[in-house]
Amino acid sequence: MFGYYIQLGLRSLRRNPMLTALMVMAIGFGVAASMITYSVFRAVSGNPIPEKSSQLFVPQIDSWGPGQNEKGEPPGAFNYVDAMALMRAHQASRMALIYKVMLSTVPHDANSVPVSAQGFAVTSDFFPMFDVPFLYGNGWNAAEDNNRAADIVLTAEFNQRVFGGANSVGKNITLSGHDYRVVGVARHWDPSPRFYDVWAEDGFDNQPDFYLLLNRALDLHTDNAGRNSCRGTISYNGWDEYLQSNCVWLMPWVELDTASDAARYLRFLESYSVEQQRAGRYGWKPNVRLRDVTDWLEYREVVPPESRISLVVAVCFFFICLVNTVGLLLAKFMRRAGEIGVRRALGATRHEIYAQYLVEAAAIGLAGGALGLLLTVVGMSGVGLLFAPEIARLAHVDLSLVGLTLVAAIVATVAAAFYPAWRAAQVQPAWQLKSN
Amino acid sequence: MHIQPILAALRRHKAGTILIALQIALTLAIVCNALFIIHQRLSHMDEPSGVDEANLFVIRNLWGEQYSTQQVVGRIQEDVATLRQVPGVQDVTASNQYPIEGGGAWDNFITLNPDQRVAMTDASFFTGDASFLSTLGAKLIAGRDFRPDEIKNQGMREKVTSSVAIVSKAMADKLFPKGDALGKSFYAMTSDPITIIGIVDVLHRADVSTWSATYAGESMVVPIRLAEPWGTYYIVRVKPGQLEAAMRAAPKALYAENRMRMIESKDGVLSYAQVRHQAFERDRGMAILMSIICAVLLAITAAGIVGLTSFWVGQRRKQIGVRRALGATHGDILRYFMTENLLISLGGVGIGVLLTFGLNLWLVTRFTLHVLPVTYVLGGVVMLLLLGQGAVFPPALRASRVPPVEATRPV
Repeated sequence: MFGYYIQLGLRSLRRNPMLTALMVMAIGFGVAASMITYSVFRAVSGNPIPEKSSQLFVPQIDSWGPGQNEKGEPPGAFNYVDAMALMRAHQASRMALIYKVMLSTVPHDANSVPVSAQGFAVTSDFFPMFDVPFLYGNGWNAAEDNNRAADIVLTAEFNQRVFGGANSVGKNITLSGHDYRVVGVARHWDPSPRFYDVWAEDGFDNQPDFYLLLNRALDLHTDNAGRNSCRGTISYNGWDEYLQSNCVWLMPWVELDTASDAARYLRFLESYSVEQQRAGRYGWKPNVRLRDVTDWLEYREVVPPESRISLVVAVCFFFICLVNTVGLLLAKFMRRAGEIGVRRALGATRHEIYAQYLVEAAAIGLAGGALGLLLTVVGMSGVGLLFAPEIARLAHVDLSLVGLTLVAAIVATVAAAFYPAWRAAQVQPAWQLKSN
Repeated sequence: MHIQPILAALRRHKAGTILIALQIALTLAIVCNALFIIHQRLSHMDEPSGVDEANLFVIRNLWGEQYSTQQVVGRIQEDVATLRQVPGVQDVTASNQYPIEGGGAWDNFITLNPDQRVAMTDASFFTGDASFLSTLGAKLIAGRDFRPDEIKNQGMREKVTSSVAIVSKAMADKLFPKGDALGKSFYAMTSDPITIIGIVDVLHRADVSTWSATYAGESMVVPIRLAEPWGTYYIVRVKPGQLEAAMRAAPKALYAENRMRMIESKDGVLSYAQVRHQAFERDRGMAILMSIICAVLLAITAAGIVGLTSFWVGQRRKQIGVRRALGATHGDILRYFMTENLLISLGGVGIGVLLTFGLNLWLVTRFTLHVLPVTYVLGGVVMLLLLGQGAVFPPALRASRVPPVEATRPV
């Protein structure tokens, strides 16, 4: 019987080609607009480190105080003094400090020119905390941190450029006039958004070339190439005074395994603030935060508002297309009141009529979904026009998006057909036959 | 035309009537808000930079060696001299940033006294030499430009105090609303006061982000040659019509002078047109997407009205025939369907206006958008009423051509 309904459905689709085309186009455009904007939204709103996102936290301490903090919220990074104090306190199972650096590679010969390379100065826990995968070697350990060793980890892409992809562990690399020893080469690892640096950047920029040992970078007075934010009067002169200033630029992350560990760490942050208040460094009450990855990304508003607004507008658009489809289906089904009357008089039950028209709607939904898929694929190539390139490059069509497109189109169309099909099933056979 | 019989007929087509009205209402809500978003994005993209964009380009120059502050100062002076020799170049200046640069930018809090904790405003902070304003083509409307002897060199994290500044009119007005800013002083996170010696008409901030919307156009220039170890920006003014040639020649000349530098081939040299294009690409993308959605939405709504009205016409052929046989003219039938659509559309836009403001309220609270002006809603209402009338015309015309003899035929 189901096969027969499909046959009837297809025949009916051919009967009013204009009306059918209109519905298929409405569904197609609606679902395509939703899917294109959804694919971008999906790319920017994803969890970059799902397996650990609830164990990684950003500690925040109000080092600026009322009137100068960010509308009541503590600054999103640490100044040097607080960062070092918290590193020494060892109150979390792991803790990393991060800042961005930009260096240059030295030309090979008299005719070539230097090339800029960018990366992060990090402490040893960075690698195990974020599960950085390694191709060769490993990160360094805390002892190396304390030895202020000239260690560096290269990304696979940078290792390809500099060492042709060979195992470079143990080799030396000169960056901005200083030698570093390669201790590891990281496999391709590009969490999107780059959650650990979203205080300083939007999280979708080019990936780093290397990670170097933070204490060594500090010893060399390697400049912070990322964000730096200060308050009050800037009075420092020179590197050492800068380190003692209220400027925040070091991004802290801690790993806390359980909820009670997190609660304990939050209390520690408070007691640290109280100590600083007693010592006279801060003239205000403790104001601390401890946000995990998800909360942090939300607080930093990593998802661009454009992406959210366009998704909302596109879904509304799809909804209007469905309202349109309800109207057109109603017209299409009721036009065949006579035919329904004959079928009912010949013994078809209401239930059968209902099923037949839902199947017909599903066929329209399938056609709309196919058109929507086509438009989505075409639209994807134009995503670069609609969103910033670093975000547009993240959006892509994959199997789940194809499936979602077809399912959304069919489910939505069948849902839209409930009322028209019900009306069709209500047709009184006697009345129809009589009027003929 | 009597409205009573139309209403009576509509009561027999409740579902179709409600669907058309609902569709018009939703379309109005989306289209009004989308058009408003488009308008806001376009006006953001049109913000004046205050500089001679047609004849300017920017070089992002990174040093390939480690220099002391004095060495950087020497390098910058050599580079500026080299760039001035490039054919077609009119003037060159070095700066820490440039208007509508976009991305992370340098801004300083501004206070009127040194111990004020809460800042009055947040100004975009430019460092420039005596040829900064003339190179950019910014228009000085009061006071004077910097003198060459006022320019101080400042290395990374070095404390250098400049006691004078040139500010934009927007910033002058914010600090001194009475319009007497010239000669007054302020603090820009500095321990010493800075005196305003000049006011430029417009100098856009370096950033174009939404957070700085409340500080729009507020910029200041200090007479400092920033000699930082990472590099500098060169802003180059060319003679009219020589932009492309100069943009090609400039990096070559710099590399020929000293190859230990890094100018990215992709975005190291940007014309101001490219700068503007990059800075506002989010706005442009949003405007394009909203335009496409508006256009397709209006088309689909119109098509939906055509479809449903055609169905009604088909259903009522016999009744139309009867009316024609009883003396109704072509015009009467046409007007009947047009009026019927107008009534439904009026109902639709009535609900639609509420939905429009509801959606706008949500966008305002969620995305800090602005409140929709009433003119947009009125414009949207008129547009949808016209759209409805336009869409109903073809089926209504077909209805008016139903011959009276239809009354005698079986349905």
